[in-house]
Amino acid sequence: MDTSTLFAFLALLMAGAFMLGRGRSLAQASNAGGVRALNSLPSYYGMLTLLWCGIPSLAVLGAWIIFDDLIIHQLLIQSLPQEIRNLDPTELSLRINTIENMAASGMGANAEPYIQNAIVTLERLQKTSGYALTGVALLVAVMTGLWGWTRIQPQLKARNQVENAFKIILLSCSCLAILTTVGIVLSVLFESIRFFSMIPITDFVFGSEWSPQMAIRADQVGGSGAFGAIPLFVGTMLISLIAMIVAVPAGLMAAIYLSEYASTRVRSLVKPALEILAGIPTVVYGFFAALTVAPMIRDTGGIIGLSVSSESALAAGLVMGIMIIPFVSSLSDDVINAVPQSLRDGSLGLGSTQSETIRQVVIPAALPGIVGGILLAVSRAIGETMIVVMAASLAANLTANPLEPVTTVTVQIVTLLVGDQEFDSPKTLAAFALGLMLFIVTLGLNFLALHVVKKYREQYD
Amino acid sequence: MNSTEKMNTIDLVNKNLAKRYRAEKRFKAYGIASIGFGLICLVFLFTDIIGKGYTAFVQSYIQLEVNLDADTLDISDPNDPNQIAGANYIGVVKKALRERFPDVSGRRDKRKLYRLVSNGSGFDLRKMLEADPSILNTKQTVWLIADDDIDTYIKSAAKDGKVFTGRVDEQAQGWVKSLMDNDEVETRFNTVFFTNGDSREPEQAGIRGAIMGSLFTMFVTLILSFPIGVAAAVYLEEYAPKNKWTDLIEVNINNLAAVPSIIFGLLGVAIFIGMFGMQRSLPLVGGMVLTLMTLPTIIISSRAAIKAVPPSIREAALGIGASKMQMILHHVLPLAMPGMLTGAIIGLAQALGETAPLLMIGMVAFIVDIPGGVADPATVLPVQIFLWSDSPERAFVERTSAAIMVLLGFLIIMNALAVWLRKRLERRW
Repeated sequence: MDTSTLFAFLALLMAGAFMLGRGRSLAQASNAGGVRALNSLPSYYGMLTLLWCGIPSLAVLGAWIIFDDLIIHQLLIQSLPQEIRNLDPTELSLRINTIENMAASGMGANAEPYIQNAIVTLERLQKTSGYALTGVALLVAVMTGLWGWTRIQPQLKARNQVENAFKIILLSCSCLAILTTVGIVLSVLFESIRFFSMIPITDFVFGSEWSPQMAIRADQVGGSGAFGAIPLFVGTMLISLIAMIVAVPAGLMAAIYLSEYASTRVRSLVKPALEILAGIPTVVYGFFAALTVAPMIRDTGGIIGLSVSSESALAAGLVMGIMIIPFVSSLSDDVINAVPQSLRDGSLGLGSTQSETIRQVVIPAALPGIVGGILLAVSRAIGETMIVVMAASLAANLTANPLEPVTTVTVQIVTLLVGDQEFDSPKTLAAFALGLMLFIVTLGLNFLALHVVKKYREQYD
Repeated sequence: MNSTEKMNTIDLVNKNLAKRYRAEKRFKAYGIASIGFGLICLVFLFTDIIGKGYTAFVQSYIQLEVNLDADTLDISDPNDPNQIAGANYIGVVKKALRERFPDVSGRRDKRKLYRLVSNGSGFDLRKMLEADPSILNTKQTVWLIADDDIDTYIKSAAKDGKVFTGRVDEQAQGWVKSLMDNDEVETRFNTVFFTNGDSREPEQAGIRGAIMGSLFTMFVTLILSFPIGVAAAVYLEEYAPKNKWTDLIEVNINNLAAVPSIIFGLLGVAIFIGMFGMQRSLPLVGGMVLTLMTLPTIIISSRAAIKAVPPSIREAALGIGASKMQMILHHVLPLAMPGMLTGAIIGLAQALGETAPLLMIGMVAFIVDIPGGVADPATVLPVQIFLWSDSPERAFVERTSAAIMVLLGFLIIMNALAVWLRKRLERRW
């Protein structure tokens, strides 16, 4: 039975448990003098039985799905001939992979005899696991459901128990956020530690040459396997800087105009129009940058006699800046609107013009919020992936010239991880080390932004 | 304070006044210029994409008279479906092309001639023959899909201005012109683009596979993220005590909302694929990664919606004897539902346009088959756009732009739905 049918069966069983539990409570109530004799409404008894039936079996099901591959894997290794088992671990896992792939694709007819045997074993194990899972899950559901059913008495505080279970389910859902963070930290941290055990961390952080292709043969040219991340950091900063130079003035001035000068009508039209820019998928910006903006910049550069690369940092940064304009403007808009009107009235009453009021009163009052918003925008720009993957270069140049091609951290993560991955080569693990850096930097910027807003905010109310 | 000094102050103010007004005007102009810049970028982006992509919605067809004789097709028994399926349709097409242009000789020229129509036109003939076996051994006038280079050439010739010839040389241009003069070329609505999966041949490539992949991925994302997000929001708003644990949860949610999406891709690779041993390229895995990514958005907007339900309603429910769970399920959630749905739609729209994390979990594979479920390897629309934008063929540029138009269309519909829901259903107390 496949998993979705099993789920359907369990759902049916749970519905049945609800009906049975409800029925039993009603039956007991009629002996004891009507529904009033029950502690809770009959549907709570049904609900309780349903929970008893469903939760243990779903837990078993989940655990089984997570662990069955590991167990089958171990059993498969046990079944292999002794000389294969004595191979070194990498070789062994390669053989196991071959067997699993052959079993999945159904091509094993011409393989060596031990592989054919292993395929048969594997298929038998998988079949057994499937049957056992169905049997165990349904058995657990029926047993625990029955047990819950027998517990039903008029005095049973079903409502309290169901409410508690409800609360625990809600709590576990909200803990998923913590689990996700833990998952992110653990996944990037473990692989990074493995990476740093191969490549010293100082070489990674302070090295100025990046060429992650490892040489397969000793005499191979080009594949030096250098993992110095400085060019990537510089490239990321260069592109983010260009993006900020575009986005901060434009976004800030747009926010100021919309909140201080524009009429309600103009505001209600222009604000959503600008926010469309934020809703456009980044892959679209990437296409726009790579196929329209980059050639345009290259041709303009050609006219005025500059040699501009067609993968220049300028194109990617410019388009990224356009993407971030609405981000900056809506964050600044919020803080500018939060500045109390009395400050403006005071300044205008003293005879300053509107622009003087804005520059000397409103902006200083809103500054912490604006700085926080800009920091968040920087963290957005650093983590942005698709625009740079499509419009920036793969070559790691250590340069500050925006007309030359540069690469970024995110570009390298994507290039290193797309395609086949071997989890024991430094090339794949380098992506996780870069991911760790990216995670730390963006997290730091977010905390800094929050801190700036909290610490320097003026309380006017 | 005597009168001359007073005059001086006024003079000073008046002297600077013109300058200050100019500064005021300049400042205002900067604001208008910034907004103008943003809007011009928006318009430029849209016109650029539409200008590049609208031609992909039509496709050139070439009329040929093909002779479906059994000998050329290599069919000895017309009742054998295997023979019908494996017949030599390309041979028939080639023969028809040779008959249409009898003066072409030489192997290279002939091969160039065969490239007038798409490689896949044999499939169309097969479908025709399978639908109606009686046309065997008859002459049929059929419209076959033109090859992508020819298609690009025909389309650019139809526009004014520079004709893009690309890989079509003078001789082939002559053939196309002769076909056009005889009305044997037609441009029709490009149904292939909406019914086919991916292909190496631009004229055979479609977005159906990617759209189905996106739908399955979004389905998984929706059924996981909406219930979990709502449950988390209810806990945080209605149950959570003020303590360290709750603070930790809140800090985590806010931080996850700002984590770059590519990090979620790393999580997917390491946990779902590396640790749980799930297969790559599945909408199921993609949906799970996107769930983790959209959860913060959904939780934050659901919390706002729950917060907007006035406490008087809760108190009234509790006052007439409802339990806390009844109060939440019967009163708070139904009232907060429009706001929560709006948040969910916006979160899903974000997920629909997301590319980077899906690249990492292998949804970039070249997949021709149209996926039939969440456990079939698939790609999604934004990834398809990424893949096509990398292709060297010029005909893929217009198809990429067209795919972008379709993606933007979906996003506009979803956002419009969210705005409509908010306007229609949200109540103000």
